[in-house]
Amino acid sequence: MKLTINGEEQQIPETVESVEQLLAHFNVAHKKSVVEKNGEILTKPEQKESLLNENDRLEIVHFVGGG
Amino acid sequence: MLNIGKFSFASRLFLGTGKYKTAEVQKQAVEASETEVLTFAVRRMNIFDSSQPDPFEDMDLKGYRLLPNTAGAKTAEEAVRIARMADAAGMCDMIKVEVIGCDKTLLPDPVETLKASEQLLKEGFTVLAYTSDDVVLARKLQELGIHAIMPGASPIGTGLGIVNPYNLAHIIEQAVVPVIVDAGIGSPKDASYAMELGADGVLLNTAVAGADQPVKMAEAMKLAVQAGKLGHEAGRTEKKFYAQASSPTEGMSQL
Repeated sequence: MKLTINGEEQQIPETVESVEQLLAHFNVAHKKSVVEKNGEILTKPEQKESLLNENDRLEIVHFVGGG
Repeated sequence: MLNIGKFSFASRLFLGTGKYKTAEVQKQAVEASETEVLTFAVRRMNIFDSSQPDPFEDMDLKGYRLLPNTAGAKTAEEAVRIARMADAAGMCDMIKVEVIGCDKTLLPDPVETLKASEQLLKEGFTVLAYTSDDVVLARKLQELGIHAIMPGASPIGTGLGIVNPYNLAHIIEQAVVPVIVDAGIGSPKDASYAMELGADGVLLNTAVAGADQPVKMAEAMKLAVQAGKLGHEAGRTEKKFYAQASSPTEGMSQL
């Protein structure tokens, strides 16, 4: 399945069906992050329910040092 | 106590978390500063490097109020989006609206700052806006109902200190909400000066992170903010053109 993640096109195995599974696929599920799918911010429970579709645009952000 | 929206703080020093050499130095500096408010940024995660360190991993954030910034935003829309993201992660007690309008000076875009602040206030955020030292803009922000005004002392990361104490004094004089002097603070002298002018607090980052000994500088900044605040409350002596002896001029013993 083709997804755009953080501005870059990625091929994701079909076994990855939800946003939650996508985070696990990249090994970042344990990290504090925020996911936006097609412009909509997803809460944690929504990440579980939110199914991925071809050409979805995802933004995965986290928190970094800043002033 | 410093009151911003529904929050109260004993410390008047807010600390940024950027540019520390190591996470351990940052942690120690934060402790030494005795700050209660931490600022940080929101950025894309590198999903291909799960070992990328999380700067807040080893820190117990429970004791702190979190003030994410919207740095990187160039429009109100982008700033609002960053604020919503931070909020969705439960990492946003207050939001620092920062919309940059000039790449060279990193000075804020006043129009977009105003727009973003208005929207975030509508959405119920506790909003602190990073502004230039513009007196009229500061007034307009507080007319919107902003929770604190954050005028820059000088451009971000320059360490030039307070370049326009005149404007800053006017912003402070007219303020009906707390004024937190943000950006450009270089040394404890600058932090103290801001407080002496009547500011309610200081937000700094590079001044500590970029010091030779950040932990020591964090403590120095804590003391400088306290000294400046006390000095302001005490009321400084008048400035005079001619000297006036401190010791009695009469009763001198003669040779």
